[in-house]
Amino acid sequence: MAGKLLNLTLKVWRQKGPKDQGGFVEYQAKNVSEDASFLEMLDAVNEELISKGDEPIAFDHDCREGICGSCGFVIDGEAHGRLRSTTVCQLHMRNFDDGEVLTLEPWRAQAFPVIKDLMVNRSALDRIISAGGYISENAGNAVDANSILVPKADADEAMSSATCIGCGACVAACKNASAALFTSAKISHMALLPQGQVERKERAIKMVGAMDAEGFGSCTTTGACEVACPKDISLTNISRMNREFFVASATQRPKHKDGGAG
Amino acid sequence: MSKKLDSKIPSGPIEKKWESSKFNYKLVNPANKRKHSVIVVGTGLAGASAAASLGELGYKVKAFCIHDSPRRAHSVAAQGGINAAKNYQNDGDSTYRLFYDTVKGGDFRAREANVFRLAEVSANIIDQMVAQGVPFAREYGGTLANRSFGGAQVSRTFYARGQTGQQLLLGAYSEMMRQVDAGTVELRTRREMLDLVMIDGKARGIVVRNLNTGEIESHEADAVIIASGGYSNVFFLSTNAMNCAVTAAWKAHKRGAYFANPCFTQIHPTCIPVHGENQSKLTLMSESLRNDGRVWVPKAQGDKRHPNEIPENERDYYLERVYPSFGNLAPRDVASRQAKYRCDEGRGVNETGKAVYLDFKDAIQRLGVDKISERYGNLFEMYEKITGDNPYKMPMMIYPAPHYTMGGLWVDYNLESTIPGLFVAGEANFSDHGANRLGASALMQGLADGYFVLPSTIGNYIGGTKLEKVSATHDAFKAAEDGVKKEIQKLMSIQGNRTVDSFHKELGHIMWEYCGMARNEQGLKKALELIPKLKEEFWQNVRVPGDANYLNVELEKAGRVADFIELGELMCRDALERKESCGGHYREEYQIDGEAKRDDANFCHVAAWEYNGDGVPETRHTEELQFENVHLATRSYK
Repeated sequence: MAGKLLNLTLKVWRQKGPKDQGGFVEYQAKNVSEDASFLEMLDAVNEELISKGDEPIAFDHDCREGICGSCGFVIDGEAHGRLRSTTVCQLHMRNFDDGEVLTLEPWRAQAFPVIKDLMVNRSALDRIISAGGYISENAGNAVDANSILVPKADADEAMSSATCIGCGACVAACKNASAALFTSAKISHMALLPQGQVERKERAIKMVGAMDAEGFGSCTTTGACEVACPKDISLTNISRMNREFFVASATQRPKHKDGGAG
Repeated sequence: MSKKLDSKIPSGPIEKKWESSKFNYKLVNPANKRKHSVIVVGTGLAGASAAASLGELGYKVKAFCIHDSPRRAHSVAAQGGINAAKNYQNDGDSTYRLFYDTVKGGDFRAREANVFRLAEVSANIIDQMVAQGVPFAREYGGTLANRSFGGAQVSRTFYARGQTGQQLLLGAYSEMMRQVDAGTVELRTRREMLDLVMIDGKARGIVVRNLNTGEIESHEADAVIIASGGYSNVFFLSTNAMNCAVTAAWKAHKRGAYFANPCFTQIHPTCIPVHGENQSKLTLMSESLRNDGRVWVPKAQGDKRHPNEIPENERDYYLERVYPSFGNLAPRDVASRQAKYRCDEGRGVNETGKAVYLDFKDAIQRLGVDKISERYGNLFEMYEKITGDNPYKMPMMIYPAPHYTMGGLWVDYNLESTIPGLFVAGEANFSDHGANRLGASALMQGLADGYFVLPSTIGNYIGGTKLEKVSATHDAFKAAEDGVKKEIQKLMSIQGNRTVDSFHKELGHIMWEYCGMARNEQGLKKALELIPKLKEEFWQNVRVPGDANYLNVELEKAGRVADFIELGELMCRDALERKESCGGHYREEYQIDGEAKRDDANFCHVAAWEYNGDGVPETRHTEELQFENVHLATRSYK
């Protein structure tokens, strides 16, 4: 297709492994089609690097449809780049101008150690989920789905929170590297639904605790996370999480240790 | 000669097969379950739900995935929905109708008993997912909403905006993470299965590569489940995620698991068309769009006018014209083929001529922009990001693309492969979709296998099999590890002139050209000459830079492409042998007026291929299919 072609200069963070020192290296991206995605542009740069015998730039990516949450790095100081509500795989080159110089670096956060180049380890987010981001429901005996009625407004709001893809852009955008937007999205999703009520308080306490234990910073409600979020997860979730956490902390009861009688 | 494949379909009427199986299966008492371990490879819908359920039951589960988090499995990409025979709409749905539609939709190449079980547990899946907090779309009164999908005349598809797969996966993932917290599931991320380990003829473990460090690890278990998804990436350009591969299944195949119906690949009708040579993948537009979108091309060949300038009477709404009863909801294989015909006639749109319109003008007039945006807003936004066109203002352009694979490792009714103790779930197995998968049934199958089938059948296997204790220090593990290391060493040492992607692209071109939406004898024979040459060149001329003892993306890709090349050859062989057209397998020689012409007298069977060693032709075995409930008939959607 005869789209416009661009030439760009990329300053890319290269780091061989978690313990190695990293630094910026400059590359030229030539004749980039404006219909290509940002990652397809990087693919082409990598093909050239490999042909020259160099190691390609490592970056995380998978579905390339903006859904899986794998991809993400910082482009010119902005997580997932300059377009709002977009993952980097859905950022197309028609949003750039010929001759631009772009700086690419990984998510920077203590809780996200660099694996290589632009790839970081985000497993801390999984550990926050395993601390309580679930509903205890064993397989096989659930009641008929329509016996749990959920007002449409609540279902829609829960859905909007549940839409978080766990990419980590919120953490990268936050000056404190806080995971509050991610954690609050899951707490909100479940607190808004009738199914989530039983474990509501315990969930808030455990997930917030896990978030702190992983070394994420505190939330000061600056709102940078909301701007960087590719899925428009709203700051309202953080307010809701704070409320859930305060209520839970204020009314926490000790667990009974008594066993059954029989 | 052909060894008889025992499908282990239980006797008795179809409605009672699953119930009686469950009663007859051996049970393992809770105290003993703790002593048994199960490995789950892949943590998409099938894998995560299997790991969660087996963990709940008390087994020691080890779950492996290639991603940094199980939440990234490609199940996330299923947008449209999940079917269940709930009949909440009172529009005549039933377990039997879902079963009937699925068998017919699969063009009578699925196993009846499996499909009935799938339809039977479909209602439980919805209950299960709602109970664990999946935010399905609701009506104002709070009940669940439904929509319709291709191949069905009832509204049985449950959905969560355009992210049903994502929400279901997050549900299954969070249930698995609950078990991780409880200590019953041990999760190993960024591990790729590179061999299956067999001891005394049974699957007893796997060898994996730690993708972050390059370390080769052995893991033992009493049973192994492969739930590693499909192999559409054999085409290079497909709707699959970049890391989807056949590797886990292929390695198991090389250890003796038969590979069934490899040529049954699904071409999905509504993808965003290819834009250029450097494109890395294709993006699917959900089939649900065909509920309100109307598919058309200009009546005149080479009509290059802007679609909004083409008047109604100069448009050919060909699906509505050819299939008046199903219209735009014709099944995927049928809709894909029709799109190809229209483009072959020279009436395709887009600069490439390889696209048709999917138009929402009438729906917007009827329902208003708000309603359409509520139903499909995120899909419209995604389309606009990729193409730069606004689908509220002009029709989308779509074209068929490789999407789902109905072939996979052969399994019996218990989802056990031809290797004892090796179970296969979800898209990685072959059993339920026949030659064509209807929309919204992949999610259903993944979750049915993981939540409802495997927990019973794994128990039956463990309860009924004498399993000696084995450890990862056993010689069989050492031998497998050595084999894996040798192959990695070989890939690293070639240091040729061509990149891994260049081989993958070339394979993809061959596969799409000769084993894609339409195949013929001549083309398949040509592919069978080209692929071995490509394989030879690959092993002499591929270049893998970097270090094998570190994260090395090119090395990961090289291993996967090596397996795709071998699979590609088998797909062509399978397609060549199947001298009929059915579902997504369309042999041009066998057709009636452009519709697939099956040959039930000679091909009403599953073809399952046995690996005989590198470079040796595989042996084709068959499992005859019996249709006792849905009678063999030519599919018609007219």
